[in-house]
Amino acid sequence: MGALNPDFRFGNFVGSIVQLVLFILAFVTLLVLPIIFFVLFFVPLPVVDGQVLTPYLFFSMMVDPSRTIPVIQFLIHTDLFRAAVFPGFAFAALIAASTIFLERKLLAKMQLRVGPLYAGKIEGIFQLLADGLKLISKEIIVPSGADKVIFWLAPIMFVSTSAAVVALIPVAPGWVAADVDVGLIAVFAILGFFPLIILLFSWASNSKYPFIGGLRALHQMVAFEIPFLLSALPAVIFAGSLNLSNIALSQNLFWNILVMPVNAFVFFISSLAELERVPFDLPEAESEIVAGWLTETSGMIFGLIQLGNYLKLYALAGLFVLLFLGGWYGPQIFPPELIPGASTSDVSLLRLVALEGLYNPVTINSIFWFTVKTFVVILLMLITRGINPRIRIDILLHTGWYKMIVLTFINLFVVLTLIYGGILGPGGLISVK
Amino acid sequence: MSSLDEKIEEAKKLSMHIVKESEDDKLMTLSVGPQHPGTGHFRFIIKLDGDYIVNVNLDLGYVHRGEEKMCEYRNYFTNIPHLERPVIHDSANITYSYSLAVEDLIGITVPRRGQFLRALTSELDRINYTLYWLAIYGIFLGHSTMFMWPAADRELVLDLLERLTGHRITHAFNIPGGVRNDMPNNFKEKCLSQINYLEKRLKEYEHIFYNNPLFRQRTEGVGILSKEDAIKLGVTGSVLRASGVPYDIRKVEPYDIYNEIDFNVQYMKTCDSFARAYIPFLDVRESCHIIRELLDKMPESGDVREKLLSNIKGPPGESFKRVESGRGALSYHLVSDGTSRPYRVKISTGSFRNIIALPFLLVGSKLGDMPAIYWSLNYWPIEADR
Repeated sequence: MGALNPDFRFGNFVGSIVQLVLFILAFVTLLVLPIIFFVLFFVPLPVVDGQVLTPYLFFSMMVDPSRTIPVIQFLIHTDLFRAAVFPGFAFAALIAASTIFLERKLLAKMQLRVGPLYAGKIEGIFQLLADGLKLISKEIIVPSGADKVIFWLAPIMFVSTSAAVVALIPVAPGWVAADVDVGLIAVFAILGFFPLIILLFSWASNSKYPFIGGLRALHQMVAFEIPFLLSALPAVIFAGSLNLSNIALSQNLFWNILVMPVNAFVFFISSLAELERVPFDLPEAESEIVAGWLTETSGMIFGLIQLGNYLKLYALAGLFVLLFLGGWYGPQIFPPELIPGASTSDVSLLRLVALEGLYNPVTINSIFWFTVKTFVVILLMLITRGINPRIRIDILLHTGWYKMIVLTFINLFVVLTLIYGGILGPGGLISVK
Repeated sequence: MSSLDEKIEEAKKLSMHIVKESEDDKLMTLSVGPQHPGTGHFRFIIKLDGDYIVNVNLDLGYVHRGEEKMCEYRNYFTNIPHLERPVIHDSANITYSYSLAVEDLIGITVPRRGQFLRALTSELDRINYTLYWLAIYGIFLGHSTMFMWPAADRELVLDLLERLTGHRITHAFNIPGGVRNDMPNNFKEKCLSQINYLEKRLKEYEHIFYNNPLFRQRTEGVGILSKEDAIKLGVTGSVLRASGVPYDIRKVEPYDIYNEIDFNVQYMKTCDSFARAYIPFLDVRESCHIIRELLDKMPESGDVREKLLSNIKGPPGESFKRVESGRGALSYHLVSDGTSRPYRVKISTGSFRNIIALPFLLVGSKLGDMPAIYWSLNYWPIEADR
């Protein structure tokens, strides 16, 4: 704190803050609120609990506990909430953030380091916040001769495409932003956009290292696309559906990984390749091509691409859980009621605290198990970074086009035999009636 | 015709090819270094045809300091501190052969205990240097754990060297006439315990790095430097021994007390990048044995230094001495005209002789092999530039 202004007066500092608050309050009351009310006058408002949800009603939920739960119940079933908060972007971003922190700490422990330590006092939990602020405050440098439109657009496309994959991942029965009947195909279709975006961005950077990195990314993702799809095929045959929720529902007796371990392995390896994680970090191979296709990125462009990468990591880990690890199924550990006897109680505050109407033991349990399993898969993906060097491009292509494809077929035949033998699958000996 | 000649012919053909094709941009010229994270203070310009390297141009000299010229303006003692700057992790070895050459010139012998201490620092610094080199090899291949582990375990050796010489790096410990000071009282026990722990760690390195199938895939059969080519190109140290030539200065030209020490010369016959990466690691193990032996055989007491005048004048004449450093033969050629300053000092370093092999190994290999081949040459850019 040596750099304090000598003219600094604490009173002035407080005064400036008070001034700012007053200004904001005046701005909101005089300008923003009238605009909101004026606009709301023309908007058809939804009906909650038999009453039209006017702004007055909305704000009354803050003081009247009996109104709180119906309003929240209404809000969490809107499409906007599902896409933006849960199980959509915000939830995934939260998992992505904790993944980054976990990765840094875990790798540090593996490598005899301490990792982030200072930001946030306790084990550096605010390191991500500090990094984010740093990235935002940095200047974004656009290389001369770069294709400016694509250079600015590609990071946003990257994040939004990742978020599109996240939107297809259900976390509990009925809890998915986009419940598509061809969910799995949709996931692979969206994943197919990534090589395109990367190639566009690397070309737009107007530099040699990004260009080589972009070409490598293209080769890598195309090489692993086919084993990626094929390894998910037996799970689809089992469930008789491409809907990810149905695939998860078909595993309520046993996890798919018990029948198709080879496919699970191939899927795991392919998702590592798709995510450009070690040992498949060729597109970012530092000692060969500086930082690969990320060489010319700076500031928040880099931040957005990293965010997209970790969203993708969550989406693919979630996909692995849905396809092979039994989705959201797990032992019921949450009680049927948050506070026993609250639903029959007369005290409305007790019912509010017990979240009556919001609390669903099955959903909560599903979300819990899904999150736990996803974190286990993410952990496995992170550990590979600590123990492996980078692979070479020709070995990678050989692995993708030859070994992985053959491996998927082996397990596919086993699964087909089991299904046509009438043991597993829809209507089999071991199946849900 | 050996494969080296073939490669030279091939390189010539390819360079003609480049002149012809340069107009239609078929080849991509890529500058690797000095701001590239994959080199250090050094650059090479490579030309790529797809993923294959067809031409390599070495560009050395970014950190040239004129060490040889500087030697001519300082006397035999004040030369020591600046001579160890080119390779600060291995400073005991780069001053070792200088001290030997000066002693040869003025005709003195070092006391026996001093000789043991010199060999001890030399071996400790070899471990220090090799661990640093290994850390960089790890990160060049994208293995972040292998970067962190040796970099952290260097502390074991640095701690010992600090106790022995007073400095963690650039010890200025070897001087003409012996070593600067005797070792502290409980050094032997401390040294043995640290070395024992280091040997345990070396086993873990082998598990996580050298036995890793991905590392083997990337290095085995890559960058073959045959025995004949290695001798013809004049490479030295671990690179030469990885090509199947059991040549170690400590064995073929024993200096000081190395003829009393029982150790093996590590060499491999596979001639590939893996061998070049593995030999320094084996050397570290061998150094651990040598250190134990040195501590065991060291005389309990005695002088460590032959007292000399601070401004000694060598008789007119020449001397040439070399030692086995972490990177190979490190030799000094001293010429004296009878004054208190050397007339001419020529330093021949292992790094410079090893990097000559780089273009011959890189031409025809893939871009992905570049870090694996380049850093396996046991090259230290600053030492090569001097």
